[in-house]
Amino acid sequence: MARITAGLATSHVPAIGAALDLGKTQDDYWKPVFAGYDWAKAWVKDEKPDVVILVYNDHASAFSLELIPTFAIGCAESFSPADEGFGPRPVPVVEGHPDLAWHIAQSTILDEFDMTIVNKMDVDHGLTVPLSLVFGQVDKWPVKVIPIAVNVVQYPPPTGNRCWKLGEAIARAVESFPEDLNVQIWGTGGMSHQLQGPRAGLINREFDTAFLDKLTADPEALRAMKHIEYLRESGSEGIELVMWLIMAGALGRGAQELHRFYHVPASNTAVGHIVLRPSQT
Amino acid sequence: MSEPEDLLDIPGTTVFTAAQSRRGFHLNQFCMSLMKAESREAFKADERAYLDRWPMTDEQKQAVLDRDYNRMLGLGGNIYFLAKIFATDGKSFQYAASLMTGMSQEDYVAMMIAGGRSPDGLRSIREGN
Repeated sequence: MARITAGLATSHVPAIGAALDLGKTQDDYWKPVFAGYDWAKAWVKDEKPDVVILVYNDHASAFSLELIPTFAIGCAESFSPADEGFGPRPVPVVEGHPDLAWHIAQSTILDEFDMTIVNKMDVDHGLTVPLSLVFGQVDKWPVKVIPIAVNVVQYPPPTGNRCWKLGEAIARAVESFPEDLNVQIWGTGGMSHQLQGPRAGLINREFDTAFLDKLTADPEALRAMKHIEYLRESGSEGIELVMWLIMAGALGRGAQELHRFYHVPASNTAVGHIVLRPSQT
Repeated sequence: MSEPEDLLDIPGTTVFTAAQSRRGFHLNQFCMSLMKAESREAFKADERAYLDRWPMTDEQKQAVLDRDYNRMLGLGGNIYFLAKIFATDGKSFQYAASLMTGMSQEDYVAMMIAGGRSPDGLRSIREGN
């Protein structure tokens, strides 16, 4: 049986990818950011996940305003790094896991989540920066990846509660997959940041810290948090944090915190990172 | 089409609502076209002529020519789409953000290193908090 053994969340700032790709990881500005992932890098080598279900958002790369799926699941054999205007990131092609992806798509749809099935899709920094942070610079990613793209660009994104419930449905799907697979689920984006308008540069350490605390201490409060609160408190792009609740929902109540890291700034953004273990493992 | 009033109540922030999305559709479509190298070349060769290929308003076209990002946001641009314009100009997100805040890039970067912009006083126009 496949099983979800851990959850991980991290910001997916594009400048982090650029710093890595341009060899700036030891610069004074970037060194503390990358050091914050040393723990996860060592941990993941021991954990050896077979598959990562990676929840992220596309940033006008694969999806424009022509098509805006709220939840899309990548079922392809592979996903190429997107050209985001500077040429694609020099990272390996992302290998999918079509068997499990299709199983999750079928299972969640029959579980009343109307997923969009995607068979061809390029993946942008939202997906590749978290892989780089955790696996470093490699010739081949050591895991298969199932991308789950969430709309957080066009208002309204799905609610936090809907995200949590989708996470629960994904966990049910994984548990009913017959192959013995070690599966992790990652939530990405956030933490507080605003990239637009005169309020750009907003950072709310207090909000971010409370959010990290509540992932284990009071997830019910996060499920109930309204979009307007994210927008006011964590910036217009901080609303990406609803994606972390898909990860949290898949782990369920009683998850334990194994590790956390928080740092300001990476470019315009507060970097947050947490690793969780579901209670039943 | 009604939109939650709260979304208009956040200082210095344009939420990408349905109304904004409809207003900015062609502006954002133009931005998406800059994902292709040949389109970027065509745009750089003659910006006005390239913009005239798109059914955008004159106001939107002028805002693009002026690189007035706050104006583009007001006219329905979404920041992830507008990013294609400053990427074409070889500029970073941090440059664009500093421009929108009216700060020099140096001051903006220093603010971020010092912990970023506090939300205090910037949560609600109505409440002034």
